[in-house]
Parts: sequence; C-alpha cells; structure tokens
Amino acid sequence: MVQMTYREALKQALREELQNDERVFMLGEDIAEFGGTFKVSLGLLEEFGPRRIRNTPLSESAILGAAVGAAATGLRPIAEIMYSDFFAVALDQVVNQAAKMRYMFGGKLSLPLTIRTTMGGRRSAAAQHSQCLEAWFMHVPGLKIAMPSNAYDAKGLLKSGVRDPNPTIIFENKMLYNTSGEVPEEPYFVPWGRANVVREGTDVTVVALSDMVDFSLKAAERLADEGISLEVIDPRTLVPLDIDTIVQSVQKTGRLVIAHEACVTGGVGAEIGSQAAYHALDYLTAPIERVGAKDSPIPFSPILEREILPDDQDVVDAVHRTIDYSA
Amino acid sequence: MDEKIPKELALQLYETMQRIRSFEMAVVELFARGKIPGFLHTYVGEEAVAAGVCAALRPDDKIISTHRGHGHLIAKGGRLDLMMAELFGKRTGYCKGKGGSMHIAEPDLGMLGANAIVGAGIAIINGAALTAQYLGTDQVAVAFFGDGASNTGVFHEALNMASVWNLPSIFVCENNGYAESTPKHQHQKIKDVAVRAVAYDMPSIIVDGNDVGAVYRAAQEAVARARVGGGPTLIEAKTYRLRGHYEGDPQMYRTREEIESWEKKCPLERWRKVLLAADVPAEGIEEIDRRIEQELKEAVAFAEESPLPDPAEARSDIFTPLPAEM
Ligand SMILES: Cc1ncc(C[n+]2csc(CCOP(=O)(O)OP(=O)(O)O)c2C)c(N)n1
Ligand SMILES: [Mg+2]
Repeated sequence: MVQMTYREALKQALREELQNDERVFMLGEDIAEFGGTFKVSLGLLEEFGPRRIRNTPLSESAILGAAVGAAATGLRPIAEIMYSDFFAVALDQVVNQAAKMRYMFGGKLSLPLTIRTTMGGRRSAAAQHSQCLEAWFMHVPGLKIAMPSNAYDAKGLLKSGVRDPNPTIIFENKMLYNTSGEVPEEPYFVPWGRANVVREGTDVTVVALSDMVDFSLKAAERLADEGISLEVIDPRTLVPLDIDTIVQSVQKTGRLVIAHEACVTGGVGAEIGSQAAYHALDYLTAPIERVGAKDSPIPFSPILEREILPDDQDVVDAVHRTIDYSA
Repeated sequence: MDEKIPKELALQLYETMQRIRSFEMAVVELFARGKIPGFLHTYVGEEAVAAGVCAALRPDDKIISTHRGHGHLIAKGGRLDLMMAELFGKRTGYCKGKGGSMHIAEPDLGMLGANAIVGAGIAIINGAALTAQYLGTDQVAVAFFGDGASNTGVFHEALNMASVWNLPSIFVCENNGYAESTPKHQHQKIKDVAVRAVAYDMPSIIVDGNDVGAVYRAAQEAVARARVGGGPTLIEAKTYRLRGHYEGDPQMYRTREEIESWEKKCPLERWRKVLLAADVPAEGIEEIDRRIEQELKEAVAFAEESPLPDPAEARSDIFTPLPAEM
C-alpha cells in the first residue's frame, strides 16, 4: 500500500487503462496540456500523445456525441465533463442516446463509454458549479453511476468503469481530489454494485455518498462518545445499487439515515430509503432520515453555502432524531 | 445519361429508390389499416438522397439517420422483411420490436440507427468518423438530417468539431423545405443551408436532391475527399417530401399546387426517363419493379406471421452483460 491522493489514484487508473487497451482514449475540454481543470490528466498527454488525449472544442454535445459514436463503433472513450452542471447543455447525448441505444437496437451494440465529471460544492463556486446531479441519471435506466468517496475506490471504480461494456458515469468529488488514502501498488479493480461497510456499528445505519462518508465517520466518532454506535455504509455505486448490504444493516440496527450532498427533495436518498423500507419495514424503529442540502441553489458566500450544505452536524442531528423517536 | 455513371450502377440506383418507395407506400397502407403502431414518417419523394449517397459508400462505411429513416436503412442494404417486422413490433424485427420505425438500426450494415431526437445523429457521426481516423482505416461516416435540424446547436457543435479534427464525416442535409409544419423561410433566413459550412471552413455542395445521379456524384466527391484524409463536407440536397410530416398529417401548411409541382419532379420518374433515354430496356426496369413487389409481399407476410416479442424480454438488452473476468 502507498499513500496517494484521490487525484493521483484517478490518474493511475487512467494511465493503466490507456496502457492496457489501445482503444481507450480521452476527450474533453482542456484535458491535454493543461491536464484538466482539476489536473487529473496532467502528464498523460506527454505519455500517450494527442491522438489519445484529445482536447475538444467547448462543445459538450459534440464531446458526448463523439464519445457515443466512437463507443458504438469499437473504441472505448473516456469523456470528461468539466463540471457536472454542464451536463445540462448536452443531456440528450446521455439520456436519449447513450442510455438507450443498445436497448432501442434490440441489443445489437454495446456502448463501452465512460464519462468522468466533477460534483459538489464547498468552494464558493456558486450555483452553476457546485451541484450534485446524480439523481437525474439514476432516474434513467441504461446508465451506471459511481460516486467514489476515497482514493482506493476512485482508482478501482474508474478502472472497472472503463472496462465495463456499458455507459458509466463517475462523479468525482472536487473536495476529495487532495485527500489521501491507501492504495495498493499493484493494479486492482473495485467492482460496481458492491457497497463498502466503512465502519461497523449496531445502533443506526448511515448510508453515505461521496464526501458525506467522511462527514458520517466524523459524526460516528462524536456519537461514539455518547455511546451511540453507527454503521456507515458507502454504496460506492448508485447503479447498480447494493441494496442487500443496506437492508442487512437496517435489519441489525433498526434505524436508517441517508446522507448525500445533493438537495434532499428528489435526491437519491428517497430511492434508497424507499427500497430499504420496502425490504426492512418490520425492522425499522424510527422513520428513515435523509440528510442533504437544503432545497436551494448553491449560494456563493461561504457563510451562506455552509448554511445550505450538509455536514457531520446534520448527520449527528438526524441520528439523534432516530434514537429519540418514539411511536 | 451521365457517362460517369455506368448502366449497372444506374439501374442499381433506380432499384434502391424503387425499393424505398414501394416499402413506404406499403407501410402507409398498413399503417392506415392499423397494422403498425406509433408514429410513421415516410421518405416518399426524397428517395434519391439516400440512394445516391449510399451508392457512393462501401459496406463498412457508417451512416446515422433521422426520424425519417427507412430510406437510409434500405439504401445501406437493409432487408425489407426484417424492417417490416420491426415496424409491426415483432420479435423478428431488426431491433426485436424495441425500436420501431424511429429507432430502426443495423450496426452490422453500418447503419447506426434512426434517431427521434432531431439533430442528435450529427454529433454521434463524428464518433464513428473518429473511430475510422483513430484506427487508420479509410472508412467514412455520413449523418443524414433535415433543414430543421440545421438549426440545432448540436449541428454547429458537430460541424465545428469535424472541421477542427479533420474527420471523415459527411453531413448530408435533406432540405425538404419544412421542419414539420414550419416552412424553411420561417425557420431560417439563409436560402441555402450549405452556407453554414463557411463558418467551419468546410467545403459544401448544393445538389438537386431529386436527381439521383447528381446526388451520387456529389457524395462521391465528398467520400473521395474524406477517404484520403481531406476532411468533412456538408452536402445540401434540395428535395421535398410528398407525404405529410407523419402519416395522418392534415398538411394545412402547404398547398395542393405546391405538392403537385413536386410530384412532377418525382426522383423515380425522372431517373426512369434518364434510363430509357440511355437505351436501358424497359423490361429491365419492369423486372426490377416486379422483383421488389414480390420481395415486399414476402416481407409483409413475414411480418404478419412473425411472433410478437415475449413480455419477459421487455427488460433484456438494457445493459451488456459484464465479461466473465469481471
Ligand atoms: C429535439 C427535437 N425537437 C423536436 C422534435 C419534434 N420533431 C420531429 S421531426 C421535426 C421536424 C424536423 O424537421 P427536419 O429536420 O427538417 O426533418 P424532416 O422532418 O423535414 O425530414 C420535429 C420538430 C424532435 N423529435 N426532436
Ligand atoms: Mg425538413
């Protein structure tokens, strides 16, 4: 194991996959010389050249359209959408094309296409550069979605995503790029659809996505002092969703909190909660709690942004509500 | 007849157009009889564009189509029986009944699908062109789209990318004068869509889209350029759809006289005259007509007799199964 940043782990995944298969290439805005806005691909141009590390025009539809067409004809593109907010100008290529092509054609082709994008706030990037839009895509059958919460998963999930013969979207958390974690020196994969029980516990299950995993672990430390034991589960991928691991945990704890940075209304917490309730209703001793951003565009000023976005305190409060609940 | 088009090819162009026309007229009738669910956009009147362009392509070249896609698949070699079965929503259709008229596809023939999102294919075709460029093959990739589609953002994004990457993409605008009910003069100020190529430093060709020989030559020029790394071309084929935007369209937006004036320019009639003037025997042409009539009869019978899809398969083909090692 070596200590490595989330950013470096992603870059290693890209490098290994580019080395592994000549059909793999990258395209996106400012990804070549500049290395991408978040520098994940910095240096790959020198290693792999402009044929494989392709700067594109500022045209999200053209990027994703070309990725769809290349995947449909035998290449394995890795497209980068600089901020997931920008999906909005090119959703057709994801929602109507990539997600549906194989199905519409009766299974006649595969689309081994990976889209890397960034998510999340806490950077005063304001309303158009801070969103968490995973729910949009979870609602579209035909797409697979990962939200890595640490360096190890970032590398392993990205590698599996690139090898997957289907359209995959990876939401990289901007606040995690500089965080470090242990990563094996030898190549490895993290399979999609297998949740990670990050911390075992007995009283309350917390299902946390992306950097809410760290906040939930912080909350777990704080609550341990009060004698409350949290089990923290990171689903890693939303599609496929490992609901079994979540249900098993709820059967043990009887309480469920779901934490994501996206706003609560219409967030994926509703889906996870609904599935969990369906399978474990008789075990629940309190209403399922959802932690997320307050319903609002993300504000600019740090004090306002902190007001809107969830953190460990929100997890602690939600856990308390489940404990204090009496029917 | 044009001495650059040998007789055999001239007959082949006729045959493709006739196959499209006959298929569409059969489908119109079957639709009216309730045999075909959903929407139906026919290609009647525009046959010369698909026939002319695809005759300039090789089997391994790629095309992508529109909501009006039957003609493109037929011109790329699509089988009428499998197409008809798909339109009927049958298990034996090209897409197992999951796509229908608006998504009919056969990647094995290089046909990357009809597409019901206007403009979408214009961006996707660049990916197919990129695959050819990336792998160093000399394949080319053609996107068909309408005059209406030339107003989408994706048209401009895609032409710009094709141009700056020098892709072997060929953009074929089937300018039939209307986007659904909206006449062209109401949706764009320019007279020729082709002028938009200038903005991307891309060569363009304007061609009479009802003259299959002219379309073929225009396509040949674009294909020849793209094959040798000469980059993309925008072809504007001026044509007209003789039927409604969709079957059942009351067509209040145009006059009977206008339609009749274009019926006189029917691409099949015109080409038949060209063939006869070039001493192609009438029996040869009639023989083609008869063969297609027979083929269609069999296609309809095949579609009628084919089984419906099993509802248990409704959720298959969403994802490709993971390879064993994963
Ligand atoms: C993005 C999008 N907008 C609108 C429609 C509805 N629609 C379908 S076809 C059409 C007109 C298309 O006109 P054109 O591109 O000229 O093609 P034509 O039908 O004339 O062949 C419209 C508005 C659609 N399918 N997709
Ligand atoms: Mg039109």
